[in-house]
Amino acid sequence: MILEPYLLVAASLFCIGLYGILTSRNVVRVLMSLELMLNGVNLNFVTFSSFLDPYELKGQVFAIFVMAIAAAEAAIGLAIVLAIYRNRDSVDLEEFNILKW
Amino acid sequence: MTISETTQTLVTNVLEVGILTGALGVILLPSIVYAAFLLGGVLGGVACLYILLNADFLGAAQLLIYVGAINILILFAIMLINPQTDSSREGASRLTSVSAAGVSGLLAVGFLQVILQTPWATPSIRIEANPLPILGGHLFGDFLLPFELISVLLLVALIGAIVLARRETQFGTLGQDTDMIARPKGESK
Repeated sequence: MILEPYLLVAASLFCIGLYGILTSRNVVRVLMSLELMLNGVNLNFVTFSSFLDPYELKGQVFAIFVMAIAAAEAAIGLAIVLAIYRNRDSVDLEEFNILKW
Repeated sequence: MTISETTQTLVTNVLEVGILTGALGVILLPSIVYAAFLLGGVLGGVACLYILLNADFLGAAQLLIYVGAINILILFAIMLINPQTDSSREGASRLTSVSAAGVSGLLAVGFLQVILQTPWATPSIRIEANPLPILGGHLFGDFLLPFELISVLLLVALIGAIVLARRETQFGTLGQDTDMIARPKGESK
């Protein structure tokens, strides 16, 4: 029962999600990568609360809060994606530049 | 969980390999529908890791919220959006992908150093208490204000999502292309 494997998989999930956010041009895939990053953070929280704070478990409370924020973010994000697709007929991030300059 | 050490290590390793391959598939597969299904698998694997970590409630919440709600929502969004527009996904320029890989790799190397070099003071005996009463005490005790704020935020997000995704129902804009696809043939208004 050591905690390094959990931390390693959490860090890998975070880095994979970051790479996905930086490279993908589809908005839905960006949202999926964001979920990966949030899951990495959550896994870190739960690992630390389970190994280093087994009486208080405050990390799990924060994980619950992160989950609620993630649910709200996914709903709002996908609604925005649908609205953009209805206006511009595209979900390509390179074409959304109306607020750029 | 009262399972033996070797079994737990074995299950953990298998789950971790599955999660990492699934996550790579999520960001690398050209078909976004497959990526969404793989994302469901990754989220389920993380839920199993939570259960192994003696966080049963979080595992169940992960299954309900992520796999049951967010992943299904993403699948619905993919199906509402024309999938042919995904063909330009490889168009991320070489400079972009190389620099993104550099940033992620640097971050990963930093994490690796920190994780492997820190002497973690793990207790030798783990307390296998039921986490649910402790969580409930936190949520209705010292974390009561964030808990209520989260509920207000979820309400605001719900209303905001409805307002954003609502179609304008003027007569001229109702019969657009996506509307025709969404409505079955024989159904009358």
